[in-house]
Amino acid sequence: MKPTTETAPLRGKRILVAKPGLDGHDVGAKVVALALRDAGADVIYTGLRKTPGYIARVAVDEDVDAVGLSILSGSHNELVDDTLEQLRSLQADDIPVFVGGTIPAPDQERLRERGVRGVFTSEIPLADVIATIARMLS
Amino acid sequence: MNHRSTEAETRPVVPSVGTAVRSGIEVPVVVDPQNFPFQDPGRPGEFPFTRGIFPDGYRGRLWTMRQYSGFGTAEESNERYRFLLERGQTGLSVALDLPTQCGLDPTDPMARPEIGKVGVSLSNLSEMEILFRGIDLSRISTSFTINGTAAILYAMYIACADRTGVPREKLTGTIQNDILKEYVARGTWIFPVRPSMRLISDTILFGNRETPRFNTISIAGAHMRDAGCTAAEEMAYTLANGLAYVDELIRRGGDADRFAKRLSFFFYVHMDLFEEVAKFRAGRRIWARLLKERYGVTDPKAQMFRFGVVCGGSSLVAPQPYNNVVRVAIETMAAVLSGAQSIFTCALDEPFQIPTEFSAELALRTQQIVAYESGIARTVDPLGGGYFTEHLTDEMEKRIESLMAEVEAYGGAVKAIEDGWLQLRIAHRAHERKRQIDSGELPVVGLNCFRHEDQTAAPEEVFSVDPQASRRVLEKFDAIRDRRDAAEVERALDRLEQAAAVDDENLMPYLIECCHAYATVGEMVARLKKQWGEFEEPVRL
Repeated sequence: MKPTTETAPLRGKRILVAKPGLDGHDVGAKVVALALRDAGADVIYTGLRKTPGYIARVAVDEDVDAVGLSILSGSHNELVDDTLEQLRSLQADDIPVFVGGTIPAPDQERLRERGVRGVFTSEIPLADVIATIARMLS
Repeated sequence: MNHRSTEAETRPVVPSVGTAVRSGIEVPVVVDPQNFPFQDPGRPGEFPFTRGIFPDGYRGRLWTMRQYSGFGTAEESNERYRFLLERGQTGLSVALDLPTQCGLDPTDPMARPEIGKVGVSLSNLSEMEILFRGIDLSRISTSFTINGTAAILYAMYIACADRTGVPREKLTGTIQNDILKEYVARGTWIFPVRPSMRLISDTILFGNRETPRFNTISIAGAHMRDAGCTAAEEMAYTLANGLAYVDELIRRGGDADRFAKRLSFFFYVHMDLFEEVAKFRAGRRIWARLLKERYGVTDPKAQMFRFGVVCGGSSLVAPQPYNNVVRVAIETMAAVLSGAQSIFTCALDEPFQIPTEFSAELALRTQQIVAYESGIARTVDPLGGGYFTEHLTDEMEKRIESLMAEVEAYGGAVKAIEDGWLQLRIAHRAHERKRQIDSGELPVVGLNCFRHEDQTAAPEEVFSVDPQASRRVLEKFDAIRDRRDAAEVERALDRLEQAAAVDDENLMPYLIECCHAYATVGEMVARLKKQWGEFEEPVRL
């Protein structure tokens, strides 16, 4: 079957999936990366324990359309702020950032206020994650 | 919530009970012995221990109730431990923060945002002395979920006992010390595989001599399970890792009849009750046979598969969080019916946060109710001999053995992990499981069925780590570095580094010396990295 915009809504998009900080729980990052790839995206996954500076640099060097950060250690506020700051310092703050992990509701609001375009906790269906990112990038 | 999808309406409202256990093994609607003959499971306390390792089950000794706990500073965690002990907990389980687990001092830039977040910060012996203040290490058993820096934390625990006058041979407890599964699922690796295997052998061989009642490894399937494995895969990959450690210990000249007595295991218990019971009964039998037949182990104590469990984890979900209490109660029953040696019950707010005092107490009470009210702990292996139990145990055994054969055919656990083969398999399995949950094929009440618009989204009480904890950790860190004898620290670290360069030199005495001198975790790790380098993660999707 030829992929259509319906089966592959992210065709032609490059997305960086990154693990900032020391958290080693990568199942969520990998599952989302696989789902993004199924949706047609070209996915780059950083592997574990990357600094916000490294992630921002890869985002720029690889000319990605979006950056996804996965954090389950409770350090999301610090690590997301830092990554957004690093993107700004590289004049790359137009790249949309989304976040996945164990993020309490008040922090989800806070992250959105800081400019994060989507926050995904583990119970959200993958189809909804993909649809939200596709809207973000359309 | 703005993610409510149109798919939600098309999901089945009333799910099906299904025809297979979650590992995918189809189960008959009726099992009778004429159509489904089963192996003789033998007697409890006798080889191959299908029915349990003790002839008297829990009458001789109840399982250890051990709640994983630790956060912020050593002072705050000490307070929580005393709270849990006062309420009847029988062992401690120390949760460490990520900098301690990854071998970084709190002053490291990567460490700063993570200080005290997922566990307590223990950068040197002075912090451990605070952590166990008022707790008698000769009476209470302590489990440390620590891997990359397990040898260092074990050394620190021994140094702490030395300081308080507790003889080393009286120490009981466990260090997780299972690096292979860290490369697969949990991610707190530091060094490459080979030197890490050496460090683990050092702890086990040292422990056999110096702390004979302390379990120096807890080979863990739990994290691989939470990363997506089925119950059968969890057991198979854990046993495969276990064999890799046994091979390494034998290569180092260890005597399997001796060291195997101190190997222990750790697993998740999820919701499919009979599948879990069959998993553990099969696992006990496979391990005992392997040790006897492959390694010639004759001492029954060294053939015994001793395991702890955690109930909860990814089987708990955020929507309608109070349902999680029920899940943990069923999982605790499964653990007891399986003959677990220690149980940790997750709190209902596990999907959100570190437990509050209320939720932590409720989780402990769940175990106590199962232990003292339900009556299921009175008779050993009460499901044993049941047609379905024995049939499913045999089926799980076949499935586990065929999965283990796949790992062996690939070249063994170490190679499968160094190449990223196992990691890739588990990631794809996790993706599959997520799709099954999204579609409703795998029913999760309150998540993909029986949802409603005004259901509870979060527990009422919120736990947060004291925001000042990180500052206090850093202040104490500066203070200890001023107070200690810098020359003594340097000498101890130099000796450690020199010993690390010599193959098969046991590093434990050097690490204990460093701990006594108040060298920090980060300093010891830095010296070892100089000799061994760091693990390079195979990133494959």
